[in-house]
Amino acid sequence: MMLPVYLGLLDGAEAALAASFRRIAEGHGDEPDVFHICHTLAKQCDAHRERFVSVIERYGRGEDDAPDRLHAEEITETRSGAVGLLRDLQDLYVLTKMVDATWVVVKQAALGLRDEELLVIVDECERQTNLQGEWIMTRIKQAAPQALLVAR
Amino acid sequence: MVDRIANIWGNRTPFEREGLWPVRVDQKLADGLTDADVDRWVQSACVLCSNGCGCDIAVKDGRMVGVRGRAADIVNHGRLGPKGLFASWQGVDNRDRLTRPLIRVDGELVETDWDTAMTRIVERSRALLDERGPLTHGFYTSGQLFLEEYYALGIVGKAGVGTPHMDGNTRLCTATAAAAMKESFGSDGQPGSYVDIDECDAIFLFGHNMAETQTVLWMRVLDRIAGPDRPLVVCVDPRETEVARHADVHLAVRPGTNLALMNGLVRELFEHGWIDEEYVREHTLGVDELKATVEQWTPEAVAEVCGIDPNDVRRAARIFGTSERVLSTVLQGFYQSHQATASACQVNNLHLLTGKLGRRGAGILQMNGQPTAQNTRECGADGDLPGFRNWENQDHVAELARLWKVHVDQIPHWAPPTHAMQIFRYAEQGSIELLWISATNPAVSMPQSPRIRRILAKEELFVVVQDLYLTETARLADVVLPAAGWGEKQGTYTNVNRTVHLSDKAIEPPGEARSDLDIFLDYARRMDFRNDEGQPLIDWSGPEDGFRAWQECSRGRPCDYTGLSYERLRGGSGIPWPCNDEHPDGTVRLYRDGQFPTEPDYCESYGHDLLTGASVPPQEYRAMRPDGRAFLKAAEHVPPHEEPSDDYPLRYTTGRTAYHFHTRTKTGRARQLNAAAPSAWLEMSTADAERLGIREGDVVSVRSPRGEIVVPARVGNVIEGTVFAPFHYGYWERDAVGPGEEPTAANELTLTEWDPVSKQPVFKIAAVRVQRVRDGNGPAPAPTTTASRPADADAVAPTRGVDAEVLELVGAAEPPRVATKEEHG
Ligand code: SF4
Repeated sequence: MMLPVYLGLLDGAEAALAASFRRIAEGHGDEPDVFHICHTLAKQCDAHRERFVSVIERYGRGEDDAPDRLHAEEITETRSGAVGLLRDLQDLYVLTKMVDATWVVVKQAALGLRDEELLVIVDECERQTNLQGEWIMTRIKQAAPQALLVAR
Repeated sequence: MVDRIANIWGNRTPFEREGLWPVRVDQKLADGLTDADVDRWVQSACVLCSNGCGCDIAVKDGRMVGVRGRAADIVNHGRLGPKGLFASWQGVDNRDRLTRPLIRVDGELVETDWDTAMTRIVERSRALLDERGPLTHGFYTSGQLFLEEYYALGIVGKAGVGTPHMDGNTRLCTATAAAAMKESFGSDGQPGSYVDIDECDAIFLFGHNMAETQTVLWMRVLDRIAGPDRPLVVCVDPRETEVARHADVHLAVRPGTNLALMNGLVRELFEHGWIDEEYVREHTLGVDELKATVEQWTPEAVAEVCGIDPNDVRRAARIFGTSERVLSTVLQGFYQSHQATASACQVNNLHLLTGKLGRRGAGILQMNGQPTAQNTRECGADGDLPGFRNWENQDHVAELARLWKVHVDQIPHWAPPTHAMQIFRYAEQGSIELLWISATNPAVSMPQSPRIRRILAKEELFVVVQDLYLTETARLADVVLPAAGWGEKQGTYTNVNRTVHLSDKAIEPPGEARSDLDIFLDYARRMDFRNDEGQPLIDWSGPEDGFRAWQECSRGRPCDYTGLSYERLRGGSGIPWPCNDEHPDGTVRLYRDGQFPTEPDYCESYGHDLLTGASVPPQEYRAMRPDGRAFLKAAEHVPPHEEPSDDYPLRYTTGRTAYHFHTRTKTGRARQLNAAAPSAWLEMSTADAERLGIREGDVVSVRSPRGEIVVPARVGNVIEGTVFAPFHYGYWERDAVGPGEEPTAANELTLTEWDPVSKQPVFKIAAVRVQRVRDGNGPAPAPTTTASRPADADAVAPTRGVDAEVLELVGAAEPPRVATKEEHG
């Protein structure tokens, strides 16, 4: 069964996302909303992983032998300035979509298994991951015109 | 005669539930004058808070010499509060007024003529537009101008310049009221009415020190309390306010924990079955998610986080759940905290869950701070589109484009309007290069004032300020334009409960001062803004034409003004909108039928996630099929971002006093008010004072990670672990921009952070440390008549008035009724 591999992927992806939110928060601390909301969302990712512990206990955590292009890349550096913020947010957005898609994959498996406990977790976490992406997109839309047209 | 400094609320005129609030006409004339000396009385309404009390201005020899309440006005039934009585006219008729434009020459502001000043602005504006485009322009306006002025500014900014960077200081006072109504009901628009005070069985004041912020509204409550069937009162406030003293339950929550309390109150409604199942089914969406969100907030959990007694949570919820008619009011304690919108939405939820909305005595007043904040919101001067239109709805934008005869893409609607804090951030980063500030004083009123002063002082930023006085902010400007004040110009404005008033011109402005409307129109003319037909973009020249233009803009929208006119507003009372063919006499309450403006084609907003502020995508909104149902929105409580620490062990919160408005530019110039609260102070609890070795009046240093203030301490009635500072006290009396050696402005310490949905800054939560500096000269200058009263009443001489005798005439006329058949029926 490949499910444990995906559980491992998901757990790793949430960890990478949490770290990335924190990295972006610190890198753009002069934007107070980015700073605070990224920290709030990082905690949300931590909470997802915590809820996941019992699932991994039940199914195990597999390693992927395939060439691991699926692994979520953590953001380790940030750019500066208005355009830098825009690009960093875009990286972050891609990462949330990656996590989101992984939740969807796991959800399909949970449906097949009729694992109610897992389904409740997946539904809530997937909804939150989706919202994380929507927040980033909302912020990108706000920042884009100023950054691309007039920022110094 | 009554000393209305010592006795803020005047004599009682008790009345019973469903009775009519008796008339009491309050009048104040300049020393030595009597009625016989007054040449004429000119109709107006007070602009020193959001209550909007109808009044007449006394004129003698071309000057304003006093004021009296209008008996016929539905808002105040003749009454005025101390600010209206003393500051409305003395705060304008004053020798400190700016009378000529100023421009900066070699670093100094020097007098000049209008042509030179306006040319300077237009040249800079034109050059920036040509070189770098409209996003270089930011407009930061007020909650104190008139409707016609905001509408003109809205058109100039959106269709003329074409910038999304426009906001009002309403962002600091009332943005959350608007946001919470959009989230819950689909659009801005006050559901309730002041008449609900006359008819309720219980009144809940959430973070609303009504006794000081809207003194005349509080008189109405006091008169119900003094009547035969007083309503129960529940107060949420960390200070022992006058409201708290009259409360049946006082929930003195720690700053930063409002949402925990609200989630707990909502949970109690579910626990005890105090839910109107049918109303919830027919008229709301989202009850299951709401229930799940509040699940963990037992009274004990709330008590733990908020620092209150769990039984008080139960008692408050029981009052809400079991009283037939409940009125809630909400203000800065909620709006200026973190999670502001989520907390204010939970107030809406209490009413939606119990169906206590849109009927007699059952309503919500999401309050405003400033007098004309409502119009800033309606006319789009806060960045929103005029007429509560939805910037994400192409048809709404197209409607405006047709009305203004411009191409739809001229109106910025590609991203949310830029909120005030972000405008200042862009100015800080240098991408906004022209900032036009009208009728407000951000150098004192915005959070983290050292930073704001630094931004305004930037060499590269061209700052235009139009004001009555040389404020701290004006001192940092490149061009200062002298504006006409209240009583010196004509226009309309709308109070908290949608009541529209006309203010006629009583006297000429001093020197060369001009109305804000004339200034905006002059700029538009000089910039030669034109519509697609080649005609001037704004084809009106005076306030009454402007009002008519606005009426067209409001047609068919929730704030429909089409049934009003200057003529109808003259002579009698103000009239609450919507006023149109369907409601020819105005409207007492919205949502009587449980139908909310949430249809996707009609709503003002598709809503947001309350935790992060993420926008709900339009297609997702449609898929929910709201169809006139309200949203029961919720968010989990998260702790505030700045909590007490070893270095900064106390919670710091800021607010206002009954005697002052905003940064005191008017109230500080009324000697009665100035004497009552002449300078800044810090309030702290007896326990904290004892621990720190501080006695009443000792001078203390209050430090946060951002700055320091040094002020006398009032050992008072705030909860232990929290200190309070009034936000009014800047530096204009010292002819200075900033503090020098003795900082007093509460915002030296506040932090740059805002609610994710309403973008209202967090003024109520920070962490500080307090240290004794030296002995004071006697007690702190804080009033003893308000929430600032000393813990030890004998330690401080009571606040008394100086020339503060006011005539109160009870029963001079029959009480007015809101001019519709809806009231009391
Ligand atoms: S309550 Fe407000 S509007 Fe009324 S007199 Fe006082 S300050 Fe003016």
